Amino acid sequence: MSSNRKLKFGLAINEALRQLMESDPAVFVIGQGVKSPWYVGNTCNGLIQEFGEERVIDTPISENAMSGVAAGSAMNGLKPVMNYPRLDFMFYALDAIINGAANWRYMAGGNSNVPAVFWGIINRGGEQAAQHSQAIQAIFAHAPGLKVVMPSGPYDAKGLLVSAVRDADPVVFLDDRWLYGLEEEVPEELYEVPIGKGKLLRNGSDATVVAISYLVPEALKAAEILAKEGIDIEVIDPRTIKPLDMPLILGSVKKTGRLVIAEGAWQSFGVSSEIACRVYTHVYTKVYTLKAPIEKVCLPDCPAPASRSLEAAYYPKAEQIVAAVKKTMSL
Amino acid sequence: MEKSFLENLYRKMLTIRLAEECLIDPILKGEVKTPCHLYTGQEASAVGVCAALESGDQVFSNHRGHGHYLAKGGDLNRMLAEIYTKETGCSRGRGGSMHLMARDCNFMGSAPIISQTVAMAVGAALADSIKKNGQIAATFFGDGAAGEGIIYESLNFAALKCLPVIFVCENNLYSTHLHIRECRPGIPLYKIAEPFGIAAAQVGGNDILKVYEAAKIAAKHCRAGLGPYFIESLTYRMRGHVGPDDNIQGQHTDIRPQAEVDEWRAKDPVMRFEKYLLENKIFDKDELETVKQEITEKVKKAQEYAIDSPRPVVSDLQKHVFE
Ligand SMILES: Cc1ncc(C[n+]2csc(CCOP(=O)(O)OP(=O)(O)O)c2C)c(N)n1
Ligand SMILES: [Mg+2]
Repeated sequence: MSSNRKLKFGLAINEALRQLMESDPAVFVIGQGVKSPWYVGNTCNGLIQEFGEERVIDTPISENAMSGVAAGSAMNGLKPVMNYPRLDFMFYALDAIINGAANWRYMAGGNSNVPAVFWGIINRGGEQAAQHSQAIQAIFAHAPGLKVVMPSGPYDAKGLLVSAVRDADPVVFLDDRWLYGLEEEVPEELYEVPIGKGKLLRNGSDATVVAISYLVPEALKAAEILAKEGIDIEVIDPRTIKPLDMPLILGSVKKTGRLVIAEGAWQSFGVSSEIACRVYTHVYTKVYTLKAPIEKVCLPDCPAPASRSLEAAYYPKAEQIVAAVKKTMSL
Repeated sequence: MEKSFLENLYRKMLTIRLAEECLIDPILKGEVKTPCHLYTGQEASAVGVCAALESGDQVFSNHRGHGHYLAKGGDLNRMLAEIYTKETGCSRGRGGSMHLMARDCNFMGSAPIISQTVAMAVGAALADSIKKNGQIAATFFGDGAAGEGIIYESLNFAALKCLPVIFVCENNLYSTHLHIRECRPGIPLYKIAEPFGIAAAQVGGNDILKVYEAAKIAAKHCRAGLGPYFIESLTYRMRGHVGPDDNIQGQHTDIRPQAEVDEWRAKDPVMRFEKYLLENKIFDKDELETVKQEITEKVKKAQEYAIDSPRPVVSDLQKHVFE
């Protein structure tokens, strides 16, 4: 098989779904817009033609019940990939996902499980305002029985979706429409990116930047800007929010002594806070020191504004990461 | 019905139509970015219902809310300024097209999370009922919204507590890309009120006078303390689900058959009412023309106001999160 074939983000997901459905009759896709040529980008292109309406189910607007339907089908031997075109719609689904699927195995004393994938797409910008912008990974990561993955590129999107579908427990798979234009080499065969394994994207010695989802490409841009000024940063993409690959992060922080965490979600009580807490705890117990306080690059504690003038200030980009790195270096 | 009343209905419908249509070009040019779910084609629904309400009555709306806002008496300048996401907008540019508010005329707000505001309208009706103020609430939602459990929970509670709320389901046959037959069994939508013992009616939603008559009955019913009322208004959107037209834009594929679109175009509620006014000699052609010019001018001025207004400043980003 050719090894240098390139795919865009959405088509990498599309390929993963197609190959998973081809290789396992238990896998099916359910959600809003899965038969639409535009609603969920190009992620579901052609699936309904290939697998029929029985395995590609476009649903009424009923997130609460449909999420329960997905969970129930998983208990009964199927492997649903339930799609939500926006995370904002997942608030209606929280009962089925958190009260239900996430707790099920434990409540059953290990005697039952829910191998479902809940796949939500972060979709924001474009003056869509507060109810069409939210990134709520922290809410899912907070629930003990959920794994949460957030790929930042096509290769990881395909591999993590495969791992998520094959996992014996519920996995929340969150991607971002802002990443759908990215293109990179994606193997044509089915492969797994292991859940819980982060990726070192760039070696550096001055500071560590842990970036999540759409801020990963921004962190790499920041690295280039900083390199021109002689500042050398290490960039890590955890890829999985839960469980976090702490050995990777801690190893890097030990080396650089400085940490910036970039996450496109509200700054308080978020994944970034959790990472910071774990690093501080580790630093304390392992008696090595940070050279500067940890910096976070997040969204302000404010709902998403509509106006483009406010949006521009609301969403951090490479520029804010550059500034945060410099701050840790007292520059 | 008095001429002035009919004139007012016509003015309102035309204002909505022209306000929606003035957005087409700016949307295509990217000057208006906030997602606009245009109300063109459904004007009779909002205007007919709101004409049966008092100014103290509360109205809640959904993502397709421009028409509801204007019908309830929301200020045109401030609506267009909001859609241009300016500080002078009715939500100060924070909300955009999908979050219009006008507390001065008891337009309580619109929001795109499907069926969210339906329960809020029931809450407003609960307050009316506790305060015994003689006011009622109304809530607009689509056929697609009837997929959400919250609709049925709201119907149940409203019936249980005999609350003065009108549920207005605007059935335009589509929920984004799905025809209603792909979303629900083929039972008429208004029948969802039946198991709760809620009085319900189905009405041709492109006939302003029919909608008005139905809403008048509904409002009277609510105000008499007889509990909630459900209206299914059969209508059709003449633009895309979001933006001008899924077909024309070429990015989206609108799944609606052209013959169906044409059939409904012939039932255009504004043209239909114009015809009625002329045929019944309530207006002559010149009078109508004068009104048209007046409203065209008003919309033009409002759009200029919106364009000329300043955007919110970044230092105010976190203003309005709390008191
Ligand atoms: C909870 C939730 N789920 C999904 C959506 C996406 N969505 C926006 S409008 C819409 C269709 C609504 O159809 P309908 O209620 O018939 O109103 P119409 O657009 O036809 O006026 C959908 C699915 C949403 N906004 N909120
Ligand atoms: Mg509809």
